[in-house]
Amino acid sequence: MTPPTIGVLALQGDVREHLAALRATGAEARPVRRPGELAEVDGLVLPGGESTTMAKLAARFGMLQPLRDAVRAGLPAYGSCAGMILLADTVLDAPADQETIGGLDVTVRRNAFGRQVDSFETEVQLAGVPGPPLHAVFIRAPWVEEAGPAVEVLGRVEGGPADGKIVAVRQGRLVATSFHPELTGDTRVHALFVELVREVVELVPGARAMRARDHASSAGAGADAGSEGRTS
Amino acid sequence: MSLNHSEPTGTGTDRVKRGMAEQLKGGVIMDVVTPEQAKIAEDAGAVAVMALERVPADIRVEGGIARMSDPDMIEGIIGAVSIPVMAKARIGHFVEAQVLQALGVDYVDESEVLTPADEAHHIVKSAFTVPFVCGATDLGEALRRISEGAAMIRSKGEAGTGNVVEATRHMRAIRAGIKRLGTLDETELFVAAKELRAPYDLVAEVARTGALPVVLFTAGGIATPADAAMMMQLGAQGVFVGSGIFKSGDPAQRAAAIVQATTFFDDPSVIAKVSRGLGEAMVGINVSTLPESEQYAKRGW
Repeated sequence: MTPPTIGVLALQGDVREHLAALRATGAEARPVRRPGELAEVDGLVLPGGESTTMAKLAARFGMLQPLRDAVRAGLPAYGSCAGMILLADTVLDAPADQETIGGLDVTVRRNAFGRQVDSFETEVQLAGVPGPPLHAVFIRAPWVEEAGPAVEVLGRVEGGPADGKIVAVRQGRLVATSFHPELTGDTRVHALFVELVREVVELVPGARAMRARDHASSAGAGADAGSEGRTS
Repeated sequence: MSLNHSEPTGTGTDRVKRGMAEQLKGGVIMDVVTPEQAKIAEDAGAVAVMALERVPADIRVEGGIARMSDPDMIEGIIGAVSIPVMAKARIGHFVEAQVLQALGVDYVDESEVLTPADEAHHIVKSAFTVPFVCGATDLGEALRRISEGAAMIRSKGEAGTGNVVEATRHMRAIRAGIKRLGTLDETELFVAAKELRAPYDLVAEVARTGALPVVLFTAGGIATPADAAMMMQLGAQGVFVGSGIFKSGDPAQRAAAIVQATTFFDDPSVIAKVSRGLGEAMVGINVSTLPESEQYAKRGW
């Protein structure tokens, strides 16, 4: 069976680390910056970085709506840290005009653990991830303050001032973690996501081809996908 | 693999400090002197702001001793934006760094743009919880700073000139240094460590991996979207812009343009598009006409 093709949103952030983690699990991984590239992947990782920067760049380059449409149409997505914020339906402690892709029925608080001096490493036990607890790196990380009924809580912080806070969730084809598995060399979270993508590809084998066709028809004949939607 | 349970936990670890810089990659960090400028930077898509009292171009004009900024000003900027806030301490001035850590800044820049406080010693950065970024003109200097605990390196460039030539030299020198290490055998690496005046372990690590163990940004003289994209093509993982934005005719638009050019650094059509109609760039200074005492890149060792 051919491995699934998974994109990493490459507007800003720790893209390279996610690409490496995905490749280590046997997926084909590639950076995605344009709508045409988004149409050619079976799943998408939203990396760590600055969520405000990524959202603004996505809006300026005509990527925000295609991202929303793709997630709504069932494209599997995994977000770490800033990526979790981008997938959340509601964000607290964000600039008033911050936009998200949405799809996860959660309320996420940005920089919830504090500033950089409060960033930390700890162990987190994740439901659905076999083996010992994950070594989790939290960097100016968000947490999930409220999760809707359809959201499965995969992991919580244990001990310390943030004891019990939700830091990993799944809702259908969307997965999000507050922490950065891409920074540790432990690829179990990526393996979980790649498996999810694989199942979706088997279930709906023509999904990627359909998205690519839709993109080609909406971009218009002869239009360069790369320059679509660019505004200043 | 990190299934090893002896890995460090808690705050202020190397991974948390270096990992913070990983999150800034592909982004632009902008010098700001007021909360209003910080908001403009955040709205333009900056990944972080550098809070300082005077931008380098003004430090050059006004002269005098340049120090850490007023804590009230730094707190005002921290309160104004949700993105990370960095601030500068003088080279060797560990108490300024302690103050910045106490104020809650997210990264300290031990910076040659300020007047050095110690002629021989840099701050022992590994002793802090807050991470540090330091300037470097070549690989040896970068590795010396990393051995002191720097979690991020930037080229020094010649800040406040609007002239990118020094940043280019430093980026090329660091890259060439890394490439050269990859060609050496084990015996030669001991000599290389001596020549670079850097710890052998770090030298051997760079030779093995072909990269610095921390994120490498560029800084110093970047004034246009094309400058930023050129630095990215030369191997920078992100860009600091100092005087180039708020000393230009239309800061908000120039800031947004530099952010976009940094993301699409390998796409000339985007760089062309965002370079249009930006108004006046900052007035530049020719580095070769600067007296040696005013060349910031020579500060630090």
